[in-house]
Amino acid sequence: MESGGFDTHIIFHSIPFLAKGMLLTLELTVLGIGGGLVFGTLLALCRLGKFRALAFAAGTYVNFFRSMPLILVIFWFYFLIPLVVGEEVGAFQSVLTAFIMFEAAYYCEIMRAGIQSVRVGQAHAGQALGLTYQQNMRYVVLPQAFRNMIPILMSQAIVLFQDTALVYVVGLSDFLYSADIVANSENRLMEMYITVAIVYFSMCSLAQFLVRNLQKKFAHE
Amino acid sequence: MNETKDTTGTDGGGMIEMNHVGKWYGEFQVLSNCSTSVNKGDVVVICGPSGSGKSTLIKVINGLEPFQEGTITFNGVSVGDRTTNLSKLRSQIGMVFQNFELFPHISIIENIKLAQMKVLGREDDEARNRSMELLERVGLSDQRDKFPAQLSGGQQQRVAIARGLAMDPIAMLFDEPTSALDPEMINEVLDVMTELANDGMTMMVVSHEMGFAKRVADRVIFMDEGYIVEDCSKDDFFGTPRGDRAQLFLSKILTH
Ligand SMILES: Nc1ncnc2c1ncn2[C@@H]1O[C@H](COP(=O)(O)OP(=O)(O)OP(=O)(O)O)[C@@H](O)[C@H]1O
Ligand SMILES: [Mg+2]
Repeated sequence: MESGGFDTHIIFHSIPFLAKGMLLTLELTVLGIGGGLVFGTLLALCRLGKFRALAFAAGTYVNFFRSMPLILVIFWFYFLIPLVVGEEVGAFQSVLTAFIMFEAAYYCEIMRAGIQSVRVGQAHAGQALGLTYQQNMRYVVLPQAFRNMIPILMSQAIVLFQDTALVYVVGLSDFLYSADIVANSENRLMEMYITVAIVYFSMCSLAQFLVRNLQKKFAHE
Repeated sequence: MNETKDTTGTDGGGMIEMNHVGKWYGEFQVLSNCSTSVNKGDVVVICGPSGSGKSTLIKVINGLEPFQEGTITFNGVSVGDRTTNLSKLRSQIGMVFQNFELFPHISIIENIKLAQMKVLGREDDEARNRSMELLERVGLSDQRDKFPAQLSGGQQQRVAIARGLAMDPIAMLFDEPTSALDPEMINEVLDVMTELANDGMTMMVVSHEMGFAKRVADRVIFMDEGYIVEDCSKDDFFGTPRGDRAQLFLSKILTH
């Protein structure tokens, strides 16, 4: 087949295949953010907590992962987890673990700043009402910290969405890699790469738009 | 019925007993040898220059700030004791702050319900009813579904008082409850506090509202540089303040 001109047929033809790739991308993004946020918040609580040893351990963890390239972390978990567990765990699980562990380090720092942005008087008010430390964090401090941090949390989420493209190194077909497969097998590089760019651009713009609306909704402060 | 002994306090003292309390921030001593006793139903107004330790004195009573020297008991329970359940103790002491400190992310009614449900274990209905009772009492039942930022300062402070009262506390602490308010809103808050005092609530109030002190207080404490330098009945305080610093301070705040 001749590769001259812009062939839109190939794009339509490959939609089901690309959609499958996008599903994997979204799955990794959502689970990575969810897990990373939970683990990162726990790390932040450790870093800010009374227990010196925990604070030190959490701090070391964060500094360590923040100095590693993501792709290296992906390689590690892909090759190390089977060694530790003693059996194959599958590319998806190992990559997801890598994302969660890696993102948690960043979310920890975001949440730490978020928690510190909540006025100390708020924590005092919760304490004075008799809330325990955990209740005070859960019902008073963290909801406000999350809200203050939504813009940064979201831009970090968008970075992760883009970073999932790295999973091709362990042979997983995410959106980009799926498009790449089509591009090479059909020799339609331009069509596929432009489509990929448009899709990434639209989805990130949409996410940003939603965040801005969300912030407006929360603006009654 | 046991008539020989007050039901509050186990050591024959008042509801709040401070004995030779000392507190440091690092090298800096904020409270020095502070002793006082507040009986059930007493209203004590605390005044003194900025930085004299008034807020700190209030905060050590419910353990929001730790102290290093002396003892404090509340209703017979030692505040500084490591084994004391501070959350439980605090739930019995209402506290009102200068900056209201309502929780901005939840509605007015949720502000009042939160600790009732999480600390006292009240059911949703019960907490809601109690909250509405108290909102009515402070004249704000129509504001229940708004968020704190939609209320004026005076309204927010009245909600904060209702939030404290919802825990059915046996004493209330106030830290300059009117000093962040515009002048026209001060009275609506003082009126609520006056009513509370008349109902027999035990209160410690950091305030420079001397009109309020004259009307409502049983005692006045004057602090300076971390010391309690005057602790006397309202009549003695306004009649014949003995210390020079207190005299000077009084003349300053009474002239405007
Ligand atoms: N967290 C803190 N760390 C160090 N020093 C503090 C801290 N909080 C208060 N201080 C100092 O302790 C002293 C007493 O503070 P406190 O807030 O009790 O005074 P205050 O009488 O309430 O003053 P104001 O009228 O301004 O509210 C002040 O000199 C203050 O600078
Ligand atoms: Mg103060």
